[in-house]
Amino acid sequence: MIANTVVLQTHGLVKRFGGITATDHVNLTIHQGARHALIGPNGAGKTTLINLITGVLPPSEGRITLEGADITDLAPHQRVRRGLVRTFQINQLFSGMTPLETLTMVVSQHRGLGTKWWQALGHDKSVVERCRQLLEQFRLTDVMHQRTEQMPYGKRRLLEMAIALACEPRVLLLDEPVAGVPAGEREELLHTVSALPADVSVVLIEHDMDLVFEFAKRITVLVNGAVLTEGTPKEIAQDPQVKAVYLGHGEGAHV
Amino acid sequence: MTILFDGIAYGMLLFILAVGLSVTMGLMNFINLAHGAFAMVGGYLTVVLMQRFDVPFLVCLPMAFTGAALLGAVLERTLYRPMYRKPHLDQVLFSIGLAFMAVASVDYFVGSQQQIMQLPEWLKGRTELGTGTPWELGMGHYRLFIIAVCAALTVGLQYVLSATRFGSRLRASVDDPRVAAGMGINVNVVFAMTFAVGSGLAGLGGALGAEVLGLDPTFPLKFMVYFLIVVAVGGTSSITGPLLAALLLGVADVAGKYYVPKLGAFIVYSLMLAILMWRPQGLFVRQGGK
Amino acid sequence: MQWWEPLVWLLAFATPWALPHHALIINEIAIVALFAVSLDLVLGYSGIVSLGHASFLGFGAYTAALFAKWIHPDPLLGLAVGTVAACVLGALCSATILRGSDLTRLMVTLGMALILFELANKFDGLTGGSDGLQGVVMGPVLGRFEFDLMGQVAASYSLVVLLVLFFLVRRLVHSPFGATLMAVRDNRLRAMAIGVPVSARLAAAYTIAAGVAGAAGALMAQTTGFASLDVFALERSADVTLILVIGGVGWLYGGVIGAVVFKLLHDVISSITPQYWTFWMGLFLVVLVMVGRERLFKPWTWMGRT
Repeated sequence: MIANTVVLQTHGLVKRFGGITATDHVNLTIHQGARHALIGPNGAGKTTLINLITGVLPPSEGRITLEGADITDLAPHQRVRRGLVRTFQINQLFSGMTPLETLTMVVSQHRGLGTKWWQALGHDKSVVERCRQLLEQFRLTDVMHQRTEQMPYGKRRLLEMAIALACEPRVLLLDEPVAGVPAGEREELLHTVSALPADVSVVLIEHDMDLVFEFAKRITVLVNGAVLTEGTPKEIAQDPQVKAVYLGHGEGAHV
Repeated sequence: MTILFDGIAYGMLLFILAVGLSVTMGLMNFINLAHGAFAMVGGYLTVVLMQRFDVPFLVCLPMAFTGAALLGAVLERTLYRPMYRKPHLDQVLFSIGLAFMAVASVDYFVGSQQQIMQLPEWLKGRTELGTGTPWELGMGHYRLFIIAVCAALTVGLQYVLSATRFGSRLRASVDDPRVAAGMGINVNVVFAMTFAVGSGLAGLGGALGAEVLGLDPTFPLKFMVYFLIVVAVGGTSSITGPLLAALLLGVADVAGKYYVPKLGAFIVYSLMLAILMWRPQGLFVRQGGK
Repeated sequence: MQWWEPLVWLLAFATPWALPHHALIINEIAIVALFAVSLDLVLGYSGIVSLGHASFLGFGAYTAALFAKWIHPDPLLGLAVGTVAACVLGALCSATILRGSDLTRLMVTLGMALILFELANKFDGLTGGSDGLQGVVMGPVLGRFEFDLMGQVAASYSLVVLLVLFFLVRRLVHSPFGATLMAVRDNRLRAMAIGVPVSARLAAAYTIAAGVAGAAGALMAQTTGFASLDVFALERSADVTLILVIGGVGWLYGGVIGAVVFKLLHDVISSITPQYWTFWMGLFLVVLVMVGRERLFKPWTWMGRT
């Protein structure tokens, strides 16, 4: 890895809900080209952290910087424009649209055509071409005219990821991408995740330890909203604290 | 002061009329624009009983309650229940349809004229207290009666909600119906009873209010807006919220119509708009509530 | 463009001349259709539940009427003025519909219409109050076509405006803008997560819809020579919602079809008894919702359960 530039950083991020501290002074640093995993027991606050980073939730304290610029006060859609993109643990799709329509819309929006009201949706050739690419890449070509609500779950999960990539992310946050995906279809998804360009920085939340140890070069462990420890997969696997809290239940630890 | 008094009476009446709607919204997440029709039923039932069958006024009140409650229970079981899962637009259309049917039926069978309510002698009249504006207080006996009845009902409701088993079942179901069902609470029964009681209260309110608000077939549509204001501003997660909202609305309306008659209802609508823009979830919502 | 569309529109344009005694109702149908199409943009394509869309109909009507009476009687100019005025009102009001639940939005849109009703009522020096604004005399369209007593010119004028605006709105909903709007409707959270400025989109759609509704109002004032308070009434907003639901929400022709069906039915039924109309409309609504709105067009599904 050549670049050691920091692309995403949180500084003392805190989130309180009434009496509960969901996020406790989290300092996270993601370098360019990262393959970073975020793990922790259920309720550790992983999704909350993602929601804070993407702007869905406002922080109680702390700041977030993206490529050096402070984005703490930016609205979610503005962060996306700057290349900070996420996927959702529970599919968030547009049920009435087909994958073709969905991706055409997303690509158009991303390329700044979202306010064009006079041209038809599929008018721009380069948009259509990009969609074709994405559909192929995610093996969605055979269902591209099927309404999302009629698609099988595995395909929907692929679409979920395709949408994120259609936004050409510079930092990609994946929230449990293989959750609920049947074993046979996991391969497709994993293949796509590992085929992501090297300059895209990826943060992965996952419970599947096999996937984590296969994919990640760096792991942060989150417990009760705070960072327990951080390190390489080898370090984490051997850390007694982590074992006690999390890996000690026979989840299939992989060293 | 009289204005304050009248406003409070109006507000309490609105509260009794609207509380059923508020709880229904909070519990079943159902926008019921036909709620005013139950009030109308109560009012007309009272008039018919008094005029045709010489039933004394005080007896009519509980009968108005029961009649409307029965109607509510039947309709809930048959018509409303399949509607709970439908999108809000569908619920709006459905309940407007019911309201239209009610309005047209009453118009057809009874006619469109205002119904005159004959109050018993001991409720007519006024008591004057104090001298010099703004301290003069003219208390119409009927309005005093309204305040007393509504206050008693409010206390009763609060007691039921906080101290009885049904109340705690209701509160659990409002918070999370699935969890409540999982705890063994028969959510359907809770829904049915709540809807019936809410409709009954509306019926009672319609009977009580006929003298003050007027009673004709357009009642459900005319006052629906006010009920909705009470629910939207007061929120659906408590009964104190709608109570305060109703009182606020009552006083604002009476005061507005007295001091600035040229603007009339404009004041109430603008106030509502301003409140909803400032706090879209209503004025009195718990933090982190629905 | 489907094959049947040019036929339908040609047919529509022929009717005021083929059925001269019905020109007045054809005019009404065209205006209501335009109003319903504007609501479709709000309700069908943006997913905003509104019970106050008549605010813009009325605002357009009064503005156009006042413009014709006091400034210039040219119809196209008045139409433009009414549309722009309603757009401005829409832009201002769009701030109110961005936050809150469906109930909140219902109330603020309703409140807006009620406030405008009261304002129009109170400023009766300007608006004629409950008597309405009378004596609006229009100049000839394009300087050549005088409004005739039969209403044929009026009907054709309204149909032309309907056609033009219909196709403009159609382009809008099939464009990237329209697609992102529908994305906001279907999944606001995800729309934000792909970079769509949700508030700006909704505000833009609401403003445009307001303008189109204002155009319908302007047509109404211009072709009847009259503007009255009931343009703001709750019944208007409720009627147009019903019309759109009958014809089908979310495909623009729904507004047009609904308008035709509704107006014709209304004429037939209310000549029997006015009360019957309210009752049957109520019954229709109840049955419609219970059966399921999508199934209206599939009679073979009426007997079974989904």
